[in-house]
Amino acid sequence: MGINTQALMAQLLVGLINGSFYALLSLGLAVIFGMLNIINFAHGALYMMGAFVAYFLLSIFGLNYWFALVLAPIIVGAFGMILERTMLQRLAGLDHLYGLLLTFGLALIIQGVFQNFFGSSGLPYAIPTALQGGTNLGFMFLPTYRAWVVVFSLTVCLLTWFLIEKTRLGAYLRAATENPTLVRAFGVNVPRMITLTYGLGVGLAALAGVLSAPINQVRPLMGADLIIVVFAVVVIGGMGSIMGSIVTGFMLGVLEGLTKYFYPEASNTVVFVFMVLVLLLKPSGLTGRAA
Amino acid sequence: MTRSLAMLTLTSALVAAAGAFAQTTDKNAKIGVLNDQSSLYADVSGAGSTLAAQMAVEDSGLTGKGWKIDVISADHQNKPDVGTNIARQWFDVEKVDVIADVPTSSVGLAINNVVKEKNGVYLNSGAAASDLTTTQCSPNTVHWTYDTYLLANGTGKALVKAGGDTWYFLTADYAFGHALERDTSAVVTANGGKILGGVRHPLNTSDFSSFLLQAQASKAKIVGLANAGGDTTNSIKQAAEFGIVTGGQKLAGLLMFISDIHALGLNTAQGMNFTETFYWDLNDQTRAFSKRFSERMRNKAMPTMVQAGVYAATLHYLKTLEALGGNPHDGVKVVAKMKEMPTDDPLFGKGTIRADGRKLHPGYLFEVKKPSESKYPWDYYKLVATIPADEAFTPVDKSPCPLLKK
Repeated sequence: MGINTQALMAQLLVGLINGSFYALLSLGLAVIFGMLNIINFAHGALYMMGAFVAYFLLSIFGLNYWFALVLAPIIVGAFGMILERTMLQRLAGLDHLYGLLLTFGLALIIQGVFQNFFGSSGLPYAIPTALQGGTNLGFMFLPTYRAWVVVFSLTVCLLTWFLIEKTRLGAYLRAATENPTLVRAFGVNVPRMITLTYGLGVGLAALAGVLSAPINQVRPLMGADLIIVVFAVVVIGGMGSIMGSIVTGFMLGVLEGLTKYFYPEASNTVVFVFMVLVLLLKPSGLTGRAA
Repeated sequence: MTRSLAMLTLTSALVAAAGAFAQTTDKNAKIGVLNDQSSLYADVSGAGSTLAAQMAVEDSGLTGKGWKIDVISADHQNKPDVGTNIARQWFDVEKVDVIADVPTSSVGLAINNVVKEKNGVYLNSGAAASDLTTTQCSPNTVHWTYDTYLLANGTGKALVKAGGDTWYFLTADYAFGHALERDTSAVVTANGGKILGGVRHPLNTSDFSSFLLQAQASKAKIVGLANAGGDTTNSIKQAAEFGIVTGGQKLAGLLMFISDIHALGLNTAQGMNFTETFYWDLNDQTRAFSKRFSERMRNKAMPTMVQAGVYAATLHYLKTLEALGGNPHDGVKVVAKMKEMPTDDPLFGKGTIRADGRKLHPGYLFEVKKPSESKYPWDYYKLVATIPADEAFTPVDKSPCPLLKK
C-alpha cells in the first residue's frame, strides 16, 4: 500500500475525533484521581449512563440532544455524588486498591443492570437535525457532527483545565488535595468540595456519553469497551495531570487512527504497546511528576 | 471357607455389575447451551438460545415419558480458550451429552474438536463458518441454521446480479470474518464481479470511521460487511454518517439478524438486503412460536434465526432420543440417527440432515421495510427471494468432507 497523502490527512482527522473522546474521558479520570486519589473504574459505566440518560430524555420526555447535553451530565453527576457520599467517602485514606475494587464492582453492577433490561445490541439515537450532513474537504467527507464533537470537547477540556489550574476555586481544590486539614482550618468545607469534584469528573464522563450516543449505538457495554484504553491514556499522560491527559487523549487518537490505516490488525493494541514503552522509559508518564 | 468367601464376593460383584448394566439403559440427557451472554453477540444468541432449548424440552413432551432432560448454560465470552475449558468441564464433570448453539466461529470450530474427542453431540446454530461441515466436518456435529456459503450465495449473488460488480470488504479479523470474505469473494468473482480490496478490523470495534474512509476511497460499488452483531450495526450507522450510501456506494450486510435491525431502527436500516433462514413473521407456525418466545424474554425480543435454530435442533435431537429409546450417550450413534430421521419442526419446516452434518432447508433473501411500511412492532422484513434447500448450501461435489464420500 503506497502512502497516499489524502488518505493520511483523513486518518489524522479521524484520529483527532476519536482523540476528543479519549481526552474528555481521561480528563474526568485525571480530575478524580488528582483531587480524590481514587482510580475510578466506574468511569466507563457512568459514560454509558450519560448516553442512556440522553436516550431516555428523548424517548420519554421528548427532550432533544441539546437538552441532553446539559441535563445528562447534571443527572449522572448527581448520581455520582450520591455514590461518593454513600460509598467512596468511606474509603478515604485507604490504599488505592480499595477504591479501584469498589468502583470496578460498581461498574459491573451498573452494566449488568442495564444489560438485563436493554440487551447488548443497544438502542438507536439519531444525530440532531442541525448537525446532520457533512462537508467535502477534498481529501475526505467530514460529517458535521464529528467536527462539532472535536470543537465542543476541546472547548470543554480547556475550560476544565482553566477552572482547576487558573481559578481561585481550583486553587482551593488543589490545596485541599495537598493538605486537607490546613485548608479546613481556613473554613473551607473540604468534604463537600471533594463530592463536587467527583460530580464534575462524572459529569464529564456523562457528557462524553451524550456526545457519543449519535455515533455509536447506546449500548450497556459501550463504556467497558472504551475504559481500558482511557486508562492507558491516563497512565501515559501521567496520573492526575490535567493537561497531560488532554494532550495524550488527542495524541493517542491520532496514533490509533494511523495504525488503522497502516496496519489495522494492530489498531486495538497499539495504545498498550505505547503505554509499555512510556512506562519503561518514563514511569511517571509523559507529563507526570515523579512520585 | 476362604473359597466360599471368594465365590460369594465374585457372585455379588456379578450381581452389582448386572445392576450397573441395567442402570446404563437410562433416559437422562443433559444439554449445555454455550454462547456469548455478555458481549456483542448476546442478543443474537445469549439467554434467548437457552430459553429456546428449554422450550424445545417442554414442547417435546419427553419429560412426561420418563425422560429427564437438563438444560444448563455458560458464557464463552467469544474466546476459544474459555469455550473449550467449559466444554471439557461439561463433558468430564457435569456429564453433558450435547453442546448447543456456540456462535463466534473461532469458538465454534474449537468446540467442534472437543465434542468429537469426547464423542458428544454438537448442535451448532450460532457459528457461521462453513468449515464446520466441509474441511472440519465431524460425525458428531450437526450445523443447523446457516453458514457462510449460504450468506455468500444469497446476498452476494443477488447483489452482483443487480449490478454491484465491484466489492470492498470490511472484515471482522477472525475465523468467521475470514470464512465469510472467502466464500463471498468466490461468489462475486464467479458471477463476473471484481474484488477491489478490503480491510480487517478487530472483533468488537466501536469506531469504524478509519475503515469506512478506506472503503470510500476504494470507489467500490458494494461495501461488503463481513462482520456481525454490534460490529455490523456500528458500521452501518457510521457509514450513514460518512455519506457512503448517499455517495452512491451500497452497503451489503452479509450477516444480519433481526436484533441488529431492531437496534438500528428502520430509518437507518431500510432497504438493506440480507439472507436469513428464519423470520418470526413467515407463517402461522413461526408467529405462534415467536409470540410464546417473546413473552418469556426479559426484553420481549422476537427470536433471531440462531435462537430459532437452537429450538429446532434441540427438538429434532429429542425426537431422536425417543426413537432410540434410551442410552443417549454415544454421540456418533445419536447423530447418525438424527441424520437418518427426516426433520420436521414448526420453524424451519421439513428438511434433512446431510451426511456431513449440514442441515438442509431454504434460505430467504429479505429486504428491510421502510418505516412507512412497518405496521406493527417487529414488522421489519419483506421477502425478496427464496433459495431452495438444495441450492442453499455447499454442493456435495464441491465439499472436501470425507463423510460425504461413503
